[in-house]
Amino acid sequence: MKQEFTISIYSENHIGLLSQVSTVFTRRNVNIESITSSESAIPGIHKITIVAITEKELIDKVQTQLDKRIDVVKSFVFTEDEVIHQEIALYKVPTEAILESNEVERLIRKHNARILEISKEYTVIEKTGHKSETQELFEKLSQFGVTQFTRSGRVAVTKLKKELLSSYLDKLENEKIIKD
Amino acid sequence: METTEGTKKKKITGSEAVILSLINEGVDVLFGYPGGAIMPVYDAMHDYYDKLNHILTRHEQGALHAAQGYARVTGKVGVSIVTSGPGATNAVTGIADAMIDSTPLVVISGQVASSLLGTDAFQETDVVGITQPITKWNYQIKNAADIPEAIAKAFYIAKSGRPGPVLLDITKDAQFGEFEYEYKKIDFIRSYRPLPKTDYSQIDEAARLINLAKKPMALIGQGVILGGAEKEALEFLEKADIPFAYTLLGLSAIPTEHRLNIGMLGMHGHYAPNVKTNDADLIIAIGMRFDDRVTGNLDKYAKKAKVIHLDIDPAEVNKNVYADVPVLGNVKDTLPLLTEKISPNNHEEWLQEFRALINVETQKIINKQINPAEEGILMGEVIHKVSEAFGNDAIMVTDVGQHQMMAARYFKFKQSRSVVTSGGLGTMGFGLPAAIGAKMGKPDRPVVLFAGDGGFQMTIQELGTIFQSNIPVKVVLLNNSFLGMVRQWQELFFDKRYAMTELVNPDFQTICKGYHMPSELVDSREKLDAAIKNLVEQDGPYLIEVVVEKEGNVFPMVPAGASVSDIRLE
Repeated sequence: MKQEFTISIYSENHIGLLSQVSTVFTRRNVNIESITSSESAIPGIHKITIVAITEKELIDKVQTQLDKRIDVVKSFVFTEDEVIHQEIALYKVPTEAILESNEVERLIRKHNARILEISKEYTVIEKTGHKSETQELFEKLSQFGVTQFTRSGRVAVTKLKKELLSSYLDKLENEKIIKD
Repeated sequence: METTEGTKKKKITGSEAVILSLINEGVDVLFGYPGGAIMPVYDAMHDYYDKLNHILTRHEQGALHAAQGYARVTGKVGVSIVTSGPGATNAVTGIADAMIDSTPLVVISGQVASSLLGTDAFQETDVVGITQPITKWNYQIKNAADIPEAIAKAFYIAKSGRPGPVLLDITKDAQFGEFEYEYKKIDFIRSYRPLPKTDYSQIDEAARLINLAKKPMALIGQGVILGGAEKEALEFLEKADIPFAYTLLGLSAIPTEHRLNIGMLGMHGHYAPNVKTNDADLIIAIGMRFDDRVTGNLDKYAKKAKVIHLDIDPAEVNKNVYADVPVLGNVKDTLPLLTEKISPNNHEEWLQEFRALINVETQKIINKQINPAEEGILMGEVIHKVSEAFGNDAIMVTDVGQHQMMAARYFKFKQSRSVVTSGGLGTMGFGLPAAIGAKMGKPDRPVVLFAGDGGFQMTIQELGTIFQSNIPVKVVLLNNSFLGMVRQWQELFFDKRYAMTELVNPDFQTICKGYHMPSELVDSREKLDAAIKNLVEQDGPYLIEVVVEKEGNVFPMVPAGASVSDIRLE
């Protein structure tokens, strides 16, 4: 059965790392729904967050292949209920549409969105939330003529108290001390 | 820190640093081909021929396969140097072959100057991008000062854990750049865990299953050889009295004549282990990866068996076959733990079941190959005779195709690391250069190459390397004037429609003469024994071309998509 997974990949920050990671998904024919990449809380370590819809069995194989890449420190796979996650969406609508009625304003209030910029021609609205929520607002705003719409990939934190990677690195460091 | 070659507070060039770093890693033989973007490294090498024996091949693919052959027989890292662009792309086949067969390599490619990267400069290619999916690790070096650390990392990665090829791409300005050289070996990378932790509860569970099993079967893979665990494997098998089969790359890990040997697995393996896979109640896979050529149809594979899988690579566990008990780690470490926990056992009755099937195969196939009734020479009889002529103790190198499967079936072994063959990738043209590398790695052992007329012509130019460097490789060219394996499939599954498999060949004897390769032609059975005698006794390189039956087939055979137990004897 296919389900949605959030994959957190911690890696060294090398050129070409994203390509290494995406190749693993390509080879296993798993489509990447969204991807974000940025420096993690640990200096020097990059975090890539990928959303993919596939079978549990297959994503486990993808994970072992990811961990096998030399520059990948560690990857973690989470199901929907194991993470708190957000995406950000920007909508550009004609300012005219806001002035004509209070419907757009009502939508902004109802969806906890906010206005980033207003010019004579257009207004930029921002909304964070799950994809279904940003999608819902997009569909509702569409009647007023959304001239541009863009949505980010996912950012996610786990529901666990401990940071998984920090404990993993501590463990590695201990092993190294024992080895030395 | 150990003392290192060239560690002095004097500035040297990146090129010299490459050479010194290779020497510091214990490299004494390497294979390569010069060109524009790697010229500074070759220039630096020119002063170090006393320490580095560089073999000049005739093509970069040859350099790579030679490095593979060297690595496979020695267990050391094979090293190859190529130039940018076409030099690097010619290396790609060898890199991919080493990746799928877990062969430790360090490949150094030249690259255009960093200021020209991405500009489609002369002989520029994105070799890091191209080789990313077929290397264990690769890296582009743009500063001379980064060279020692990158090379130290490359060797550590290539040989540790599950071995594999590493490519370092060095820009020309990095080769020219000067810096203060110092070399430190590396044995830790924070993002890399070569040796997974062994879960000891799995050892207990594995031992429990082994003690209970009535019909256990062990599958020996290359992991046993790579881990240097031949002795440990033997102790394990003998204590539990478990019949063992082997994969193509697991061949020679344990001497052929061992009592518990039941033969080779897979598509052209032996009858007994394939049939019995679906009778076994326990499969103990030791350092192997359940390749599709071994398992046949996975839905009909080992249906009555629990599976214990010992491997160093966590990504192999549950990849193709579900492991009831995964045992992670180097089999050299995990097998003794297991041997200690299991009870001595006796499986004589179970072994008899294998022997009955071995007898069937011996009568129906093996005897007919070794002592043929027909006039034409068969591959099996040639390989059998050559093996015996070398006391069943030579290093066997093969190309890819029918002769490869025949060689795996009919050549015999007394010691480990005696097989060099392209398993996972099935690279035609692998044989001749790999034999060169094998001979360079083990100059004291005879190295015999079996090649078909198809694959031989893919890298035939390496006869020039053999001549220039006087490498005493023994070649047995099995010439059936066909791409035999493809022809066999066409015969069996494509209604004998021989599309593009018949070869109109050159006169190989004349070609050998041109390359100063002593050779002789065997076109009738009477000439065979004398030719093999010459092959064994000649001091230098020697080639015998044996004209074999044109439409001979390799049997037994598991047809594609069939269960291993549906293996066909004819």
